[in-house]
Amino acid sequence: MKKTEKSYVGWYFLVIVIVLYVIIGLLKIEVLLPSLRFSFKIIKNIVPVFVVIFALLVAFDLFASPYSVRKYLGKSSGFRRWLIAIGGGIISTGPIYMWYPLLKELKKQGIQYGFIATFLYNRAIKLPLIPMMIVYFGLKYTLVLAMVMITISVIQGIIFEKIEGGGFL
Amino acid sequence: MDKKLPSAIMKSAKALFNVLPLLVGVILLVGLTHTLMPKSFYFSTNVVLDSIIGSGLGSVLAGNPLTSYVLGGELLKRGISLVAVTSFLVAWVTVGLVQLPAEAIMLGKKFAILRNVFSFAFSMLVAMITVFVLGLL
Repeated sequence: MKKTEKSYVGWYFLVIVIVLYVIIGLLKIEVLLPSLRFSFKIIKNIVPVFVVIFALLVAFDLFASPYSVRKYLGKSSGFRRWLIAIGGGIISTGPIYMWYPLLKELKKQGIQYGFIATFLYNRAIKLPLIPMMIVYFGLKYTLVLAMVMITISVIQGIIFEKIEGGGFL
Repeated sequence: MDKKLPSAIMKSAKALFNVLPLLVGVILLVGLTHTLMPKSFYFSTNVVLDSIIGSGLGSVLAGNPLTSYVLGGELLKRGISLVAVTSFLVAWVTVGLVQLPAEAIMLGKKFAILRNVFSFAFSMLVAMITVFVLGLL
């Protein structure tokens, strides 16, 4: 249900922007051409990256479905479990709601909220989309941001473990 | 593998296709604002305030991160601080107000709310640390 709603939201948004262009075009026609030219320049820059992203999405879909990732989740302890939460989150693909049932099941099996929080935080690091981030922000920025986010994800996980240990959750 | 490949190609193509209307809409809007609005219109010069605005916007807006990269990249070119843009990018992918009801049902209300509150706060912290580390390199 969400999927359909999401895709329609995108189309509605596009229609609204086109209507905005028409209205502004009627009021101030000289604005249209530079705006379209600027937008086209952005599109031209990102089209080649889309090819790379598509290839990476296919590869990740083949090797990192909830089913294939599942066997690694929730089987370890200590420091290794953080590594698995980080790795699992990073390579997990698809919409988040696809993963909720699996996480709920793992929770029932005794996985701590800290693990789930770290897993969910690392879903923010999208490997297939990294080429686009590099195009806009550079390799150095992309790497530093990823490292900081991974560190923070573990801190968030530890905080949740403490909260859960205190009986709040 | 042979059976999975066409399905993976279809799914990936569909995923990218689903992003397109929003992405094209955002790019057209960026083009329009680029022409119509002066640079001084965007955000402030206060790093903390900028990061709060960035995280706030990133939390409310939803969609594929590709859109946030394009939007964030263009905002950066317009002179918005890197802290603001980074907190925007991080909040976009870590705070899920749209998914909050589903997360609350599946993983518990307290967990879902707390996780999003922490993620909002951490998006600003991540942005400040990232920019600080980049300054050192």
